[in-house]
Amino acid sequence: MSRVFKWIREHLVVLAGILALAYLVLPNLVVFAFSFNKPVGKFNYEWAQFSTDAWTNPCGVADMCGSLSLSLQIATLATIGATVLGTMVAFALARYRFRGRAATTALIFLPMAMPEVVMAASLGTLFLNMRIQFGFLTILIAHIMFCLSFVVTAVKARVMSMDPRLEQAAQDLYATPTQTFLKITLPLAAPGIAAGALLSFALSFDDFIITQFNSGPTTVTFPMFVWGASQRGIPVQVNVIGTAMFIAAVALTVAGQWIGNRRKARS
Amino acid sequence: MTTTTEAAPPQVIPLDATKPRRKLTAYWLLLPGIAWLVVFFAVPLVYQGSTSLQTGSLEQGFKLTWHVATYWDALDEYKWHFVRSFSYAAIATALCLAIGYPLAYTIAFKASRRWRNVILILVIAPFFTSFLIRTLAWKTILSDSGPVVGALNTLHLLSITDAVGLTSGHRVLATPLAVVCGLTYNFLPFMILPLYTSLERIDPRLHEAAGDLYARPFTTFRKVTFPISLPGVVAGTLLTFIPASGDYINAQLLGSPSEQMVGNGIQKQFLNVLDYPTAAALSFILMALILGMVTVYMRKAGTEELV
Repeated sequence: MSRVFKWIREHLVVLAGILALAYLVLPNLVVFAFSFNKPVGKFNYEWAQFSTDAWTNPCGVADMCGSLSLSLQIATLATIGATVLGTMVAFALARYRFRGRAATTALIFLPMAMPEVVMAASLGTLFLNMRIQFGFLTILIAHIMFCLSFVVTAVKARVMSMDPRLEQAAQDLYATPTQTFLKITLPLAAPGIAAGALLSFALSFDDFIITQFNSGPTTVTFPMFVWGASQRGIPVQVNVIGTAMFIAAVALTVAGQWIGNRRKARS
Repeated sequence: MTTTTEAAPPQVIPLDATKPRRKLTAYWLLLPGIAWLVVFFAVPLVYQGSTSLQTGSLEQGFKLTWHVATYWDALDEYKWHFVRSFSYAAIATALCLAIGYPLAYTIAFKASRRWRNVILILVIAPFFTSFLIRTLAWKTILSDSGPVVGALNTLHLLSITDAVGLTSGHRVLATPLAVVCGLTYNFLPFMILPLYTSLERIDPRLHEAAGDLYARPFTTFRKVTFPISLPGVVAGTLLTFIPASGDYINAQLLGSPSEQMVGNGIQKQFLNVLDYPTAAALSFILMALILGMVTVYMRKAGTEELV
């Protein structure tokens, strides 16, 4: 018995860590399990009966797959926009000294330190007063706005850690500035840019608060669909999409790491 | 003291030092991104300040009348929303730190390289299931006939939490406990990741050195590990507290009307009541209070580098 206690005491941190991990993963397991449920009534909160109906007919609910495709479109465009703009800002911050640097850094930091609802309400008020029709464009503008800072942070960290001598060496070897940028700088900065883009996609795809304040009646993104459904009745297909997204994300991450490891092993 | 023995840092020649013309490049690079942030982030904030002092209606239009009373009315109507927002967010942040630290520590020091990646993926992966769906899953977990309520009842813990006011009527859903539980869950990764980044940088030999100097494991943690990880603690608490205090989703989905937070108020005023001045005043107060708290906290914690 005392041995058991000793073991527990020695591994207390790890045990607490495992419990924390369980807390994090538990809802995903519930979402997965309840994607096989055949609920009684409109809500999918209590287990009734095993069924694969939702999996064989994922788009069987009106409007759900449309909202999913809208979310994917917005996330893709917002990612492209935020990544391009953010990478440019990150290079300027990492590589140049210029007047207004402190103000720029503050402007990049503030959106990340601001509760979403404040940004959502203020941007919504602006659109409203400018009489700009709420819809696809307003959502896209808002998403690029809040993703930008995250891209800047990710890319800037990467560019700052790059050895500037590599680029100087390229120029010593008579590479033009364009060649240096395309062949040396960009490939070196790529992991930071990729991280920023991935983060943007995830943030935009999953965003609810800012979207709710800046969308029109016809532009219902997937999170907005889930929100509406949580009040009217939730189709099981929502859990199918949630599970599929989880599996796809894990598969992509694992594949990415595997490719990275292989590349490392080869070089 | 012995700087001469250290390897010289790579010689950085600032690009703009050699060619003054290049300074212009910096501004061209900044222009689109900064313009975007100014137009769609900074200007709206200023504009919101003006909206909060306007009066009128949607049909007749709003006019700037410097109507400061909106602030007092908003504060009076929503004072308990503010109290709830900040206390729920504070409890959730403390819980995130208590739950997240052991996990970050395990990833950084106890897990093998292979496991480290697996656990990190598991920490980040939930992000990719819409957080609304995951929050709704808590409705199942905490439901009245569910395992959590059953276990708490058997342990007679619900009577205690009922007495304290965390729960009521021997149920967890639609109580402050459910909202805090949801907030903690939703923002836990934002605590774990910065904690892990700051812990991972610690040289394990420092632990050995502390052990060699007869420090017990807990003393090593208190005097060596924790102080070094402080920047991660500061970043993690900010990244949890700020979004948690502005959140309205957990209160809406897991709570009842008596758990509503400021976010719910702003959302209601903006989307249902269409009283934009009140919504603007509420979010202005929320922003001011958070910026004030963050400034004081960062002064106290003494870390400046966050970006």
